[in-house]
Amino acid sequence: MTIATPHISVQNLNLYYGDHHTLKNINIDIPDKKVTSFIGPSGCGKTTLLKTFNRLHDSSLEVRVEGKVLLDGENIYDKNAEVTSIRKKMGLLSQRPFPLPMSIYDNIAYGPRIHGEKDRHKLDEIVERYLKDVALWPEVKDRLKSPASRLSIGQQQRLCLARGLAVEPEIILGDEPTSALDPKSTQKIEELFLELKEKYTIVLVTHILRQARRVSDYVAFVYNGEIVEFGPTEELLLHPKEKLTQDYVKGFFS
Amino acid sequence: MKWKKIEEQFFKALMILSTVVIVASFFLIVGTIVSKGLPSLSWEMLSEIPTGDFYMGGEGGILNSIVGSLYIAAGSSLLALLISLPIVIYINVYLKKSSWMGNLTRLGYDVLFGMPSIVYGAFGFTLMIYLGMKASLLGGIIAVTLLIIPIMVRTMDEVVRSVPKELFEASYSLGATRYETAFVLLKQVAPGIFTAILLAFGRGIGDVASVMFTAGFSNDLPQSLQDPASTLPLAVFNQLSSPVEEVQARAYGAALILTIVVLLISISARMMSKRLSKNKI
Repeated sequence: MTIATPHISVQNLNLYYGDHHTLKNINIDIPDKKVTSFIGPSGCGKTTLLKTFNRLHDSSLEVRVEGKVLLDGENIYDKNAEVTSIRKKMGLLSQRPFPLPMSIYDNIAYGPRIHGEKDRHKLDEIVERYLKDVALWPEVKDRLKSPASRLSIGQQQRLCLARGLAVEPEIILGDEPTSALDPKSTQKIEELFLELKEKYTIVLVTHILRQARRVSDYVAFVYNGEIVEFGPTEELLLHPKEKLTQDYVKGFFS
Repeated sequence: MKWKKIEEQFFKALMILSTVVIVASFFLIVGTIVSKGLPSLSWEMLSEIPTGDFYMGGEGGILNSIVGSLYIAAGSSLLALLISLPIVIYINVYLKKSSWMGNLTRLGYDVLFGMPSIVYGAFGFTLMIYLGMKASLLGGIIAVTLLIIPIMVRTMDEVVRSVPKELFEASYSLGATRYETAFVLLKQVAPGIFTAILLAFGRGIGDVASVMFTAGFSNDLPQSLQDPASTLPLAVFNQLSSPVEEVQARAYGAALILTIVVLLISISARMMSKRLSKNKI
């Protein structure tokens, strides 16, 4: 499938974990301002693939990456690529929410602060705006100074989303962001994704097929380190072309 | 079925026994020091320096040793912290996981951790001769610093290694540099860092062998880093080796003071540590 204006373009990407060939010759174009989901069984490499987008494998000695990941046409694995500015363009939501060990306010303000924003009033505005964006403002506006760890896990995940949005990224990466949440919080996060795709490109890793169907425009089926099939959500989930995809999504209907 | 029950009972009894042994030894030690030391404890002992024939039963106190011990323990803890913290941050934040440099550093401090303190004393002594220094407060601080760096690095390293990698990923994915991430990390592990400092301080204030040759001995209060200084463990040692019974009794008084100082620092550090862990995830 070809995408007219890809936001991220992965070209001949191979990733080795020690001797293990984890990602095999990946080629995929992630469309701009859409939700793209990676589905597949546990251990198929979908999270590994997601983490290549903001170079989170950099700190492990065993991981070797070959190939290109183009972000707005520029290879992020280029020797001269500046990793902090690449990461700034992408907000990450992990499986379990992990607030920074600070107050609610400081969690949001941390990103803008390290990127040079010092003005108190501006920071106040940023904190309020992004907490409102994730519908957390009414719940926390009277206790901004209290530790983020006191929030419920669903609130923490929304805080982490707001924290990511506060550095004004272009892309949101979600690594099974609802797997630790209860149904109510899951629904909230999914609704947010549908709102946010107006402004952001969203890449989601999920093992819940129903979630993939609810929120995404495109779905890629990853199996054993390879992208088996990639296409519009309905097409891939309802009329898969490949035998492997058919077998996998069957579990979705039966 | 019956056998399983006996097995369970047997090991439970064994565990209770070891717990009792530990708790009982603690009370026995503290009890001995208090009962023997309390009678000889006086304001004079806390507030005065020893007179010339103090160790033969003369007038005076051990203020010199109290002050010397606090100076050496505080000075070396501070110095060791300034050296240990960058090491821990470097091997955990800047080096990749299981890199040879990190492994070598860990092997190094593990070896140093097991080294008897007299070796540090001897090494410090050699170093001082080489530098042309006399036995002094500074010499003692340097020797004790060398002694407690491995303790600090090891304790801090263990705390930092237990931090989930999600914390690093969260900070990195906001575009933070490793240097900025180190500060977030410090917020998370602040209570652990505090425990490490406390452990090192406790070891530093109680050690004799490392300061015996390096800090020297003096009946006066040290006025500068170049002055020799006495320490509490040394005061205990000197008084215990006196032939005069009254002086021997005073040794327990000194031991009691040492115990109280360590206890006070331990308790206040615990309270501080609680406050620091407020934001911990």
